[in-house]
Amino acid sequence: MKRYGLRAAALGYLLLLLAIPVGMVFYRMFENGLSPVWDELTSPAFTHALQVTLIIVAIAVPANTIFGIFCALAIVRRGSGRGNWLLNSLIGLPLALSPVVVGLSLILVYGRNGWAGDWFLDNGVRVIFSLPGMVLATIFVSLPFVVREVVPVLREIGTDQEEAAWTLGASRTTTFWRITLPAIRWGVAYGVVLTTARALGEYGAVAVVSGRLVGSTETLTLHIDERYLAFDQTAVYTTAVVLAVLAVVTLVAMNMLGRKERLGGDHRPAGNETLR
Amino acid sequence: MAITVQQVTKRFGSFVALDSVSVAIPSGSLTALLGPSGSGKSTLLRVIAGLEQADEGRVEILGEDATNLEPQKRGVGMVFQHYAAFKHMTVYDNVAFGLTIRKRPKNEVRDRVQDLLSLVQLDGLARRYPSQLSGGQRQRMALARALAIEPKVLLLDEPFGALDARVRKELREWLRRLHDEVHVTTVLVTHDQEEAMEVSDRVVLMNEGRIEQIGKPRDLYEHPANEFVMSFVGPVNRLGDGFVRPHDIELRLEPNGSTSQAAVERVVYLGFEVRVELALDGGERLWAQVTRDEAKRLGLDRGHVVFIRPNRTRVFDQSAG
Repeated sequence: MKRYGLRAAALGYLLLLLAIPVGMVFYRMFENGLSPVWDELTSPAFTHALQVTLIIVAIAVPANTIFGIFCALAIVRRGSGRGNWLLNSLIGLPLALSPVVVGLSLILVYGRNGWAGDWFLDNGVRVIFSLPGMVLATIFVSLPFVVREVVPVLREIGTDQEEAAWTLGASRTTTFWRITLPAIRWGVAYGVVLTTARALGEYGAVAVVSGRLVGSTETLTLHIDERYLAFDQTAVYTTAVVLAVLAVVTLVAMNMLGRKERLGGDHRPAGNETLR
Repeated sequence: MAITVQQVTKRFGSFVALDSVSVAIPSGSLTALLGPSGSGKSTLLRVIAGLEQADEGRVEILGEDATNLEPQKRGVGMVFQHYAAFKHMTVYDNVAFGLTIRKRPKNEVRDRVQDLLSLVQLDGLARRYPSQLSGGQRQRMALARALAIEPKVLLLDEPFGALDARVRKELREWLRRLHDEVHVTTVLVTHDQEEAMEVSDRVVLMNEGRIEQIGKPRDLYEHPANEFVMSFVGPVNRLGDGFVRPHDIELRLEPNGSTSQAAVERVVYLGFEVRVELALDGGERLWAQVTRDEAKRLGLDRGHVVFIRPNRTRVFDQSAG
């Protein structure tokens, strides 16, 4: 009985906090019928914003995944004392800093008269108020997730499997691809989901560095804000739903990958076998 | 000699794990590195495997200098205490790993893996995952995996340490038989003197990063070089300056010229063996090990007075210890 009570309480809480507001968004989206929704989905401003968001995700997520895995390896396998402490603190920084501060700091470095900004401008690359800056901002704010997920998994699996592979003749590269990466894949997958979610939904840092030019440097989140200020309700809710769907798709894709693998037998319990 | 270690020193910070250790492992032998935890036995094994780099000294495998060779190129098979099974691979793929990364032909790999699986009595379990095996099965899989690359030497790091007592005993006997069958030079690290005595034909007894004695199991028991060896390889009583094994204490009901008087404090029956705890007149305590029949003949009980005569008492030169 107690278990059901608890479950009902948890569900009720989630319903109140998540399901009802998100449901309202769906309801508002179709309030004026289907055609305004279609108009929004086909409008150049929306399609461009979708494109920009997907490009940013397509760059930021792989970049942070690769960096995250190597950074976690550096911390766990090569780490020692002070260097580790510094690296750990730096990795945590994006979580502690307000995204707006992240955006401003990027402007200070890459903007006009910034440390590196003039050099980039002289070489014909515009970083701030342009896509490179938005990618940088997104990478910055979604940096810690893969590292944070992979570090504990690496600690837990220890070095035994890698050392066994070495003695069997596997080079360090082979060992990484054949042993280490498969062993940490769950941590990586979960980190990728979190990174993707953050990259899709980032607003503050991207808002500061983008310049918010409609049809040019506008992501889906910025598009929502811009439409909201224009009192274009259908556009706001439609875009919000698209963002939600993208997030859900990422989650479901990861879960399906996981299920397929579990059916492969990897995590099946040993069952009631005899001891030997 | 299959392995020659010359004056190897290894430090971890200020801790000296190996202090100028030299040892030679003959080809085809099954040698146990025995010692308490922290004695350096696992470090020595890892230095031989190339998983630790010696600070000083030299390691040779089959006469070739391996001191600076990577573990990949040493041709050693290694088995770890906690199995180190590749959890995401089947038993088959685990055993085949060393061969597939060498890009051996598929049918050659298949035949070899099948042979090895039947050698370690895991036929029929090739499609299982390690999580579906018991500890003993996992360790035999790890052994097959190490043997697959036809290693020059086989290194076992506390291979039975994570198993329960019954399985451990079975696997020991099995390992001994396997070694008689495959003859690969094997080095076994253990902290269990009974395991070392039972399985190996040579024991290297280590303590605090140094080697205390090397010899056949029986030599270590019967001719220990010092106090540490004597007390590590079997039970021991201290009697004045000397040391005596509990089974070398003779109990009598009547005194003769060379006995001393003692009071029986406790008699413990452990099946065939009976443990008699004694207090000497001087207050010294010791225990004697007698057979059940002997205890019955003497009618031993708490509070009785007996006369003891220690045989084969050993006195070690303190300055050497």
